[in-house]
Amino acid sequence: MPVFTLQINKKEYKADVAADTPLLWVLRDNLGLLGTKFGCGIAECGACTVLLDGKAIRACVYPVSKIKSGQKITSIEGLSENGDHPLQLAWDEVDVPQCGYCQAGQIMTAAALFNSKPNPTDKEIDDAMHENICRCAAYHRIREAVQLARTKF
Amino acid sequence: MTTLNKTSRRDFIKLTSLTGGGLLLGFSWFSSDAATAEIIDPANFAGEVPFNSYLSIAADGTITIYSPNPELGQNIMTSFPMVVAEELDADWTKVKAMQAPLDKQFDRQLTGGSGAIPHSWKRLRTAGATARYLLIGAAAKRWNVDASECTTSNSMVIHSKSGKQLGYGELAQEASQMKVPADVPFKNRKDFKLIGRPVKNLENKKIVTGKGMFGLDFYRDGMVMAMIKRPPAFGTKIKSVDAAEAKAMPGIIDVVTFKNNVAIVGKSTWDVMKARAFVKVEYEKDGDIESTADHDKILADLLNSDKATVRRKDGDVETAFKNAAKIITNEYQCPFVPHNPMEPMNFFAHVRADGVELVGPTQTPGSARTAVSKLLNVPEEKITLEITRLGGGFGRRLKYDYVLEAAELSSIIQKPVKVMWTREDDMMGGSYRPAVRYRFNAALDAQGNLVGYKLRGVGINQNNSTREDNFPSGAVDNLLIDSVEHISPITTGAWRAPVTNFLGFAEQSFIDEVAQAAGKDPVQFRLDLLQKARTNPAGAIKYSIDRMETVIKTAAEKSNWGKKTGVSQGFSVYFSHASYVAQVCEVVLNGKTPQVKKIIAVADCGEVVNKSGALQQVMGGITDGYGTAMYGKLSFKDGIPEQNNFDQYRLIRMKEIPEIEVHFVDNGIDPTGLGEPALPPTGGAVANAIFKATGVRLKNQPFVDDIAFSKLLKV
Repeated sequence: MPVFTLQINKKEYKADVAADTPLLWVLRDNLGLLGTKFGCGIAECGACTVLLDGKAIRACVYPVSKIKSGQKITSIEGLSENGDHPLQLAWDEVDVPQCGYCQAGQIMTAAALFNSKPNPTDKEIDDAMHENICRCAAYHRIREAVQLARTKF
Repeated sequence: MTTLNKTSRRDFIKLTSLTGGGLLLGFSWFSSDAATAEIIDPANFAGEVPFNSYLSIAADGTITIYSPNPELGQNIMTSFPMVVAEELDADWTKVKAMQAPLDKQFDRQLTGGSGAIPHSWKRLRTAGATARYLLIGAAAKRWNVDASECTTSNSMVIHSKSGKQLGYGELAQEASQMKVPADVPFKNRKDFKLIGRPVKNLENKKIVTGKGMFGLDFYRDGMVMAMIKRPPAFGTKIKSVDAAEAKAMPGIIDVVTFKNNVAIVGKSTWDVMKARAFVKVEYEKDGDIESTADHDKILADLLNSDKATVRRKDGDVETAFKNAAKIITNEYQCPFVPHNPMEPMNFFAHVRADGVELVGPTQTPGSARTAVSKLLNVPEEKITLEITRLGGGFGRRLKYDYVLEAAELSSIIQKPVKVMWTREDDMMGGSYRPAVRYRFNAALDAQGNLVGYKLRGVGINQNNSTREDNFPSGAVDNLLIDSVEHISPITTGAWRAPVTNFLGFAEQSFIDEVAQAAGKDPVQFRLDLLQKARTNPAGAIKYSIDRMETVIKTAAEKSNWGKKTGVSQGFSVYFSHASYVAQVCEVVLNGKTPQVKKIIAVADCGEVVNKSGALQQVMGGITDGYGTAMYGKLSFKDGIPEQNNFDQYRLIRMKEIPEIEVHFVDNGIDPTGLGEPALPPTGGAVANAIFKATGVRLKNQPFVDDIAFSKLLKV
């Protein structure tokens, strides 16, 4: 099997996996980065969202071989050093999580939005967060938390 | 030193000192409220008695509460310690909660039925109040003052006369030597500092930084991964298996067949996921193979069956309908729906010669272990079960089929294994909310009074699809409620607010229709019925008329019922899990297209423990109820579910949620359930508002499948 060198959360990792292995399973099975979740496997729910060079990708359908040399991956574990990214703080402040399983993906989707639009409108926030499913339906607080984080960038 | 106290409620308390100094207070969290006291000899009180939860206070002042119930988002890991900390007058920043392991002595170590807080309320308060009493006693002894002169605040015992004060951590060791009191008074609710306030989830930090807390996050060296190929159609079984190609694939350790399962065992998730597609299995008929069209016919036929079981009968229904001035009849139907917790089913099992280790997400750890014990013929005391956080449950994880699979597979392959389901496995794997159909008949007299009421509930694998003692039972002199079921190979189970999740919609829609036929305002119509139940009840009344009346009146007031312009309002009220929730839905028209703008809810769940968590349960319950009523449908073709992932099964998303306004009734009654009761009334409030706005009466779920309604959505 080929060995892939990956830049994840400012660290270099090596993974000896089949070329078609989705990034999600490399993160979870091989590298022990468990914050990125499996929800649907078909890029519909967003639980597996990570950043690739700052843009949101769905790790469950993104083959590890598609990641180019030098591209930077950020997972929830690397969003901030101490869990103090404005989105993480807002998520606590607004007390968003219920079961909590989808929240890492929600936060990464919002992080990608802020990377492309530092000051998104309410509608742009709704459009972006529409991509992620929360089965506990904590949508009102997810919206509130993203709007709160918007004021902290 | 060990001190034992026995109260009339059989709440046992055990006190010991902590290694390294400190206090450990054990109490029986889940003993029953039996009237007869149980005599226990303190000499025998050592580990095996029904004493099973712990409050500890360490020398550094850290207070730890072990929560026995599985956490799936109902937030008890925060609410439970809040109740203890309130009575203890603890510094909240020094309180932490831990998930207790499965303990045989718990009689209710499960999550379901909206029961955790109601069941534990008094026990938690007793634990906190007892610990506080002991700490005061220790301080009073040290200072040589009367305990009655001491007060507590923020984890300190204070003697204001002398100005002395000591932290709980400093007193914990001495407190552990005190005698446990026979009875301790609780705080007056007006002195509550934590209860009733919004307190943030103690697990937030772990969740937002991506810590591995869930079952699927469990990994161990030497563990293998497995996925199972199960029969795609209900009513079929394995005829033959050809696994040669899959076995030869990279990373695959073995492919084994047991019962109707073909398990692909490998080194990594992706290895087994890929190889599973190459296992060739032939299936053969093993029971009825049904499609949704069959179910529609079966349900319609059962409405006329003469084999129904009578659930409640008051007065003389036949005569009431014969003499009626007006008769209203309608039918309502819902499809199967899957639970779809975001974390798919999974469990870790390691069956060894000396015992069994189980780890994973389950709502019923005790039943799961008992079932594994029977399956493998291993005594329960040799089976450990560690409860992880659950990525949602909604009732699915009350079933332990996925625990048994993992245990059986581990015993066959003699390895530690994590069995993981994909989303398709999860959605096609059964245990659905049953498909149900209701027929309601109402008889009105010439004055528009409801004098006769009939409800027939028919369901697929739903023995009693009614709640025969719920409103309007007791308010109608002549009433007949019966039910009949069809047994199907499609597996079903409890889904958030079982039965009432659809019955609430159907009944509250029908009441709306009856009120309209009677020419009465829907709110006043309900209030009149309650008044009739109060002054001249028909049969037993098993709900609180006062509490229901209060939520109705409050919701009408908060929504400015009937007086708002520019919106169409729909009303609904429902009693479930001992709580009462009324809702007003507001719909506006954009041209001819109805838009659900807002839902105003008034909930009476007794004392609200955590305002933030309580709001989440109500808002989440309403949004779930709304989304499922609008979009939720699992249909079948030849025994196979036609939707198997989120590209085909529609869950509600951000841009579809209405505004939600929540009010709680502040009545100081001991807490009743809240994880489920907000869901049942929602569909009715929405449907009644849509009727008001458009004249379209929604009778079947999902609403988007209604032809007249879907046309309006496209205008």
